[in-house]
Amino acid sequence: MKLKKGIPVIDQGNKLGFWGGKFGGNFVPETLKKPIEDLEVLFNKLKKDKKFIQERDRYFKNWIGVPTRFIKLENLTRHVGGAQIWSKVVSDANGGAHKVYNATVHCLLAKRSGKKVIIGDTGAGYAGKMLSMAAKKFGLKCKIFMGAKDIARQQPNVKAMKKNGAEVVPVYSGSQTLVDAVSECMRFWVANCDTTAMCIGSTVGPAVFVRICGWSTSQISRELKVQLIDEFGSIPKKLKLYNCVGGGSSSFGFWNEFMDYDKRQCEFIGVEAGGPAKSKKHAAPLTYGSKIGILHGAAQYVNQNSDGQIEETESISAGLDYPGISPLHCFLKDTKRARYTAASDEQALNAYKLVTKFEKLRPSLEPSHAFAVAIAESKKLSKDTIVIVNSCGDAYKDRGILEKRLGKKYVKSN
Amino acid sequence: MLNPISVAFIKAKQENRPALLTYTVAGDSSKKQSLNILKSISKNADILEVGVPHNTPVADGSQIQTSAYRAIKNGIKVNDIFKIVKDFKKFHKNKPIILMGYYNMIFQYGENKFLNKCNLSGVNGLIVVDLPWPENKNFAKKCKKKSIYFIQLLSPTTTTKRLKKIIKDSHPMSYFISMLSTTGGKLKVSPKEIIKNYNKIKKINPKKKVVIGFGITEKTIGKLKSADGLVVGSAICKEISRSLKHRQNPVTNVSKLVKKLKSKIL
Ligand SMILES: Cc1ncc(COP(=O)(O)O)c(C=O)c1O
Repeated sequence: MKLKKGIPVIDQGNKLGFWGGKFGGNFVPETLKKPIEDLEVLFNKLKKDKKFIQERDRYFKNWIGVPTRFIKLENLTRHVGGAQIWSKVVSDANGGAHKVYNATVHCLLAKRSGKKVIIGDTGAGYAGKMLSMAAKKFGLKCKIFMGAKDIARQQPNVKAMKKNGAEVVPVYSGSQTLVDAVSECMRFWVANCDTTAMCIGSTVGPAVFVRICGWSTSQISRELKVQLIDEFGSIPKKLKLYNCVGGGSSSFGFWNEFMDYDKRQCEFIGVEAGGPAKSKKHAAPLTYGSKIGILHGAAQYVNQNSDGQIEETESISAGLDYPGISPLHCFLKDTKRARYTAASDEQALNAYKLVTKFEKLRPSLEPSHAFAVAIAESKKLSKDTIVIVNSCGDAYKDRGILEKRLGKKYVKSN
Repeated sequence: MLNPISVAFIKAKQENRPALLTYTVAGDSSKKQSLNILKSISKNADILEVGVPHNTPVADGSQIQTSAYRAIKNGIKVNDIFKIVKDFKKFHKNKPIILMGYYNMIFQYGENKFLNKCNLSGVNGLIVVDLPWPENKNFAKKCKKKSIYFIQLLSPTTTTKRLKKIIKDSHPMSYFISMLSTTGGKLKVSPKEIIKNYNKIKKINPKKKVVIGFGITEKTIGKLKSADGLVVGSAICKEISRSLKHRQNPVTNVSKLVKKLKSKIL
């Protein structure tokens, strides 16, 4: 299996949509074949269309507010005493997380295809919040599917969705988390694909959804590349990019522009959710060697039992609480371009405490997983190593959990 | 030897009626009970579809999901399903059985091993909901070598060009999904419209059998009589759930329902 240079990774799949010949594809009911093909044709056309790119960039700039900041975490660096620790503050983006790029692009595509309704899944609630925001902006009706457990633990984002006029549909099946929300969303699409557009909230699902999402979040690394050159004059010789990985959209977008660099210069580290230290359950299929299986239309490494039933996951972070992982990351793992590891709930909480103690930055529980590993590894790295953590979400949505686990002083009122 | 699925269509045709296909989930609500249901409905059903329950089904509505989750909770495994089929075939050797499920279950078992087990236990056909054409070409060929029908699904969204290609590769039976819906949705298209679409498919190759499924109940089955076969699934799963809720015997209740369904197409 080989990663090609000079070709965007999203376009390295084969005719049937498989990366490396075995990850991804389109394991979908017959009914979805046509709408997926229509979306593929539209996306392949528009991503080469200069006018469309300009339109996208205009919304990214004026509405999402790109570029997001790239900052040095001086105090944290001093405290850790190793590599320089920096952050790409993607939570600056309108709505507070990277999910806004994909949501915006899907709404632009939906408008072009004449659809009046857009549906989406959400775990942490950011994908849903951003889709509801974008739908409102573009005049589309919006319906968000969310596991009942996640509705309970991510209330601030649920309120935001409702305020934006979206209908939030609770999903009670299975573990009542993201995996069930995506299933229910796909089922709804099966029954309504003639009138309705679907947005999948991460780089998962049938191949075209993986591609659209990866294409959208790549904005992050496009900006970062410019910012690195502004700051250092060139791409640093020792660069390490840390990102949490749920479905894999923020990490893929954070890395995409650096794909062709040698990994000894520019290393990618994906951090999955290891779950509670005491629990056997986790959401880290790459770290713990899960087998390839089919989930939500794509072949990927996925937590499952020997019969092929998808296994329940457990994580303090709703956004990472997913048994599968993007085919793009399976591909990056097997080609050894990226390295994957996991952080436990407790490690993420500790990292949150440390970051907020030293910096004016409040990463949500998802990026706190990435901070945990970045901080631990930075200690042993040289001072000329540039460690960058994608702070891809803001902790406001996690205030209930943070208050319960760490006490009131870690929660601000805004 | 002719596949018993084809024999069932010939028999139904001789009686001037469509074949009646039932769908029940293996292991719902227990292994033994699902076997007993199969035995008792086989008097009136021509072809038995047996669902392989999966916990992340992307095309099933709430009735079948409920049945599937119930079966999984009660511990059903793929090997138990083969055992149910085998036990059933001891009782009724020539009644055709089709397994219907999601590809991951076959993938994890191993395609070849799965097909061997199908042969050993007496499975006559397979429907794999999330393995569409052309992705299913290889697997369909393997099925053919084992004399198992791989049943292609066709949908109202399938373009005419695509229909022709699928039918060209298809085995003697295909399955037309009546409308845009998960299983168990309310019939939102008129039976007349469904039959019109069905006829369009039949015209491509009149010799190949096409059954219609999704949304068919006691109320609607009579209006679709001109098809080669009709599948009832969610209505049966719903009856099992209802029986359990009222502490009644699902075996007798489902039998009665299937008998009634049959009477509507005679
Ligand atoms: C803030 C944040 N980070 C990360 C994730 C994980 O998703 P992904 O791996 O697609 O970026 C989520 C998902 O909801 C999220 O809300």
